[in-house]
Amino acid sequence: MTASPGAPLSAAAPSGGALVARPKGVGGGRRASPLQRSGRIAILVVVIGYLGLPLFAMLEFSTRGNYGSRSLDSYAAMLNNQDLIDGVTTSLQIAVLTVVGMLLLLVPTMVWTVVRVPRMRRVVEFLCLLPLAIPAIVLVVGIGPIYRWMGQHLGAVGASPLTLAFIDIVLCLPFAYRAIDSSLRSIDSATLADASRSLGAGWPRTIFQVILPNIRAGVLSASVLAIALVLGEYTISSLLSFNTLQVAIYLLGGRDPFISVAVSLSALVFAFILLIVIARVGGGGRRDQREVEEPAT
Amino acid sequence: MTVASPAIASNGHGVGVTFEDMHRWYGSVHALNGLSIDIAPGEFIALLGPSGCGKTTALRALGGLDEVDQGRILVGGKDVTNVPTNKRNMGIVFQAYSLFPNMTARDNVAYGLRLRGVDTAARKKKAEEMLELVGLGAQASRYPHQMSGGQQQRVALARALAIEPSVLLLDEPLSALDAKVRRGLREEIRRIQIMIGITTLFVTHDQEEALAMGDRVGVMSAGRLEQIAAPTELYDRPKTRFVAEFVGLTNRIPGTAASGSVTILGTNVPLLDGSANSGPVFALVRPENIRVVATQDGSARVVAVSFLGSLCRAQVTLPDETLVVAQMSASEAGDLQPGTSVRVSVLPSPVFAVAD
Amino acid sequence: MTEPTVGAPGQPTAQTAGLASGGAGSRRFRGARNYLALIPFHLYLAVFLILPTLIVAIGALTTKDGRPTLDNVSVLFTDPTIVDAFVYSIQLSIATAIAGAVLGGLLAWAVARGKPNGLLRQFVIAASGVLAQFGGVMLAFAFLAAFGFNGLVTIFLRDTLHLDLLTDATWIYGFAGLTIVYTYFQIPLMLIVFLPSLDGLRQEWYDASASLGGSSGSFWRHVGGPILAPSFLGALLLLFTNAFSAYATAAALISQGSPLATLQIAASLQSEVVVGRENVGKALALGMIVIVSVVMVIYALIQRRASRWVR
Repeated sequence: MTASPGAPLSAAAPSGGALVARPKGVGGGRRASPLQRSGRIAILVVVIGYLGLPLFAMLEFSTRGNYGSRSLDSYAAMLNNQDLIDGVTTSLQIAVLTVVGMLLLLVPTMVWTVVRVPRMRRVVEFLCLLPLAIPAIVLVVGIGPIYRWMGQHLGAVGASPLTLAFIDIVLCLPFAYRAIDSSLRSIDSATLADASRSLGAGWPRTIFQVILPNIRAGVLSASVLAIALVLGEYTISSLLSFNTLQVAIYLLGGRDPFISVAVSLSALVFAFILLIVIARVGGGGRRDQREVEEPAT
Repeated sequence: MTVASPAIASNGHGVGVTFEDMHRWYGSVHALNGLSIDIAPGEFIALLGPSGCGKTTALRALGGLDEVDQGRILVGGKDVTNVPTNKRNMGIVFQAYSLFPNMTARDNVAYGLRLRGVDTAARKKKAEEMLELVGLGAQASRYPHQMSGGQQQRVALARALAIEPSVLLLDEPLSALDAKVRRGLREEIRRIQIMIGITTLFVTHDQEEALAMGDRVGVMSAGRLEQIAAPTELYDRPKTRFVAEFVGLTNRIPGTAASGSVTILGTNVPLLDGSANSGPVFALVRPENIRVVATQDGSARVVAVSFLGSLCRAQVTLPDETLVVAQMSASEAGDLQPGTSVRVSVLPSPVFAVAD
Repeated sequence: MTEPTVGAPGQPTAQTAGLASGGAGSRRFRGARNYLALIPFHLYLAVFLILPTLIVAIGALTTKDGRPTLDNVSVLFTDPTIVDAFVYSIQLSIATAIAGAVLGGLLAWAVARGKPNGLLRQFVIAASGVLAQFGGVMLAFAFLAAFGFNGLVTIFLRDTLHLDLLTDATWIYGFAGLTIVYTYFQIPLMLIVFLPSLDGLRQEWYDASASLGGSSGSFWRHVGGPILAPSFLGALLLLFTNAFSAYATAAALISQGSPLATLQIAASLQSEVVVGRENVGKALALGMIVIVSVVMVIYALIQRRASRWVR
């Protein structure tokens, strides 16, 4: 997926970008001129049409049967293709490792900078945004020697595609950082930590029982972004000759375009559903709270 | 703050404003429920009420920022109900954050003039005069983020007045400021308003503000106007239970009512119209109307005393366990201490009474 | 009003032990210990981010034997294929950045005007989150499914409208085609990055402008536009970087030649190593880093300026 390897989704946008931010405007009650309303509809139709056309084409393409009929053969075949299954499995495994690794690396570090060492916050932020300046295509050039070393000295593990998780963690840092940072800021974690400590809790308890539960939204968001990134990662996988989902799709594309389009569409729909589910689960509670706080007129 | 002679000509005596039976629904919430108010030219009306009472809705309707589902709004006798905001020529000061952040104070104030085609030199001069009027002549080149909240609101006021509007609307302009700034600024707003003579609608949830500033104060609750009257009348002679309980501090003292008066703590006190007027009732007594005298064998006991500078408030427990707050001058408080035994009585000012 | 109660005696302030950085004697030790917890993070990045970058940078500036040289870098400016590739990449990135910024910006405006918690908004944001990452191989196939030789649109135009426009499907590998394809993932990215700025436009500003006599147009000309300009510009730069760094989409669409910078880099990794040009690939990578870094620095400066106003 990373045609935009440094795709700074929410990375560089203030307050974590649209994926995490919540609108502040009043909205309703304002008079909208008919010109505005029709302009708005026109824009929505055109742009969403533009975005939707290829998706629709994928659906149409992948369901072509013989003699102009519709068929789901491609989707069935997709489930039987061994290369594809290997690719999916590998990618999913890498995704899990990436999410776990990213959380272990990032969450304690970020919480620590907010709560204990505020001076380092800038440094950590800079480092997390650095991958934006060092895109995947560049990273893969420099990472070659490191991967050769791993293959030689770490045996089977060192040569397995699972080691891609190491780089994927780096690639997803910009978005993951923004998502978690946004959460940390919105709950004023420094004060929470002070309160917890003044009541007698030690650091581990403060971090795990007080702060973590409250940044659930950011953590979930970061995790979903990481999964999407791993599932869509092609650049490094292909140039290091590992068989991941995107590589499998690409190779398949040469032989059977119908199945590869079917897989692409499926992966997309999967990611979309995942994102919606997470957004509802993670953001739902927060929204209710905000509505209670809004003073009525 | 030196008050220069007003740079804007007073529009004669301002214009009158009338709300005629206004209704507004937000979904199933009846935000305005038959609101009718007549504002005389040049009058300063404060709308007071708790959150959700509809006061802001009323103001926004007058300004054209929100629509009205039913009813009419008349300004200077003309029906403006369907006139868009930018044609109503009203000055609006919002609660906070309404200054354009990309413009200096001067440019902010000059904005309305710019839209009206006033040339650069003239509008610069006018803007600076308005900023002088609100005491910020020296800050003309500053940006909003370089100013305090109080300064920003002054600029907002200058900006609203620069276009010489027919009506001035203020939507809780002081609520986001801290106490001391709030008090100073409210006096300035009132002073400028009187000087210019502009009809003004001021919305607030702070009673002290409303009572201090308004020629008349309208108390609203659940979309309805409970009472609109001069501050003293609102305070001394509330017409409904809501107003009696909402405005000012009140003590609920049990007593017995009969034939237009109620007996509380041994004193017979006249009842206000609208009160519960027979049987056991609770009389709503103001703290300043409660007498507390230290005696050896008093039946009541002082619990706490608060010193407020010129006044003192004492919390006292009556024999029946009722807790009342009494207010007196500092010298009268004299030797009251927690634990002092006292005798409590009530001045014979008319009171409002409720049954429960 | 604050009333100092004379009544109840005051409580002694709670001990705030542990909040301050410890007692006098152990302060410096405690301070150093705090930094320890940050070591794993920095170590990890040192190995998997800094080290590769250094390998690239150093490799670009040395020969195969490790002697410092500027030969590799000079190739960037002398080899016409490489120069063309970089220029083409920059042109493509600028074009798609502008297209994505304009279309994405309009989309963001349309969404921002809607209900804050409405279905449209949630849907568009979620879809954008996925589609912004939906580049690469999948996107290439999607466009082939639509505009390729056997594509939906091609067939529709040919059979229904009798316009044989797209049968020569090579247009999709040309500048116009690439622009259209790249813009596809630029629009969602723009939405995600720019929507918060639109949300940050306070209702009060619009109302104030209206009350002072301003129309919608005057608001955008004098207030909205100037306030959004820095964020818009910043987003534009981000989109540029995004397109410039993109590899997978181009790799999936273009099977012959390496007209783009990223493709050149990949080619240098995969092809036979020409004697004397072993480290040119690293030089190419370094060139990319430089260009992207410059843009990101400008972006950071603009961001800082923009946040000053919109608090």
